[in-house]
Amino acid sequence: MNIRYFSWVKDKIGVDNESISMSKDIKTVNDLIAHLKTISDKHNNALSDTSIIRCAVNMEVVNFDKPIDEKDEIAIFPPMTGG
Amino acid sequence: MIKVQKNDFNIGHEISEITSKNQNIGGISTFIGIVRGGNNNSLNSMTLEHYSGMTEKMLNEIDNEAKERWDLIETKIIHRYGELFPGDQIVLVITASEHRKNAIESCQFLIDWLKTKAPFWKLEDSTKGKNWVEEKQSDLDAASKWKS
Repeated sequence: MNIRYFSWVKDKIGVDNESISMSKDIKTVNDLIAHLKTISDKHNNALSDTSIIRCAVNMEVVNFDKPIDEKDEIAIFPPMTGG
Repeated sequence: MIKVQKNDFNIGHEISEITSKNQNIGGISTFIGIVRGGNNNSLNSMTLEHYSGMTEKMLNEIDNEAKERWDLIETKIIHRYGELFPGDQIVLVITASEHRKNAIESCQFLIDWLKTKAPFWKLEDSTKGKNWVEEKQSDLDAASKWKS
């Protein structure tokens, strides 16, 4: 599964995208974030406060209980500040 | 119509493109967002990052929502990305309708909604260093008042 990062989430993790192999334990966005936090200290630091983290699945902002699968395009970023 | 571009825009050109095609427009409302220089002109530049693909999708959704809620002849949203400097134009919203109320209300709706729903992030480079702009409660409040 490919995950894209934007803004300070990208800066803190250090890459703008990465591939992770899916496991049976990753069924929702919540599961994915819990898994990502175990990858490195940088990931853990970037994703520690989920109140300021947003997730898009297939370019749609979703709640963290959203089910995901390998084919989905996932992006993780802070609240948007356009305009 | 929506455009996501690096280049600057010219409001006169964008308006005449709309009016030249439509004889029935009675009013046009516009909004331009501009990069502020900050206190004591502390800002050097502002870089807008965006999620290409999702940006166009969300702007189209917001644009369609405005057309459903107001009687509009034409709309235009142009949002820039990349490195911008104080005084530069960031975003343009144009709404055209037969009567002014639809144009004015929908223009405000579009800018309020795109602030919180379009995937842009602003990196400010100022005398204090580089800093990602945080979401503002006032923007969330402005957007939520349009919830149907």
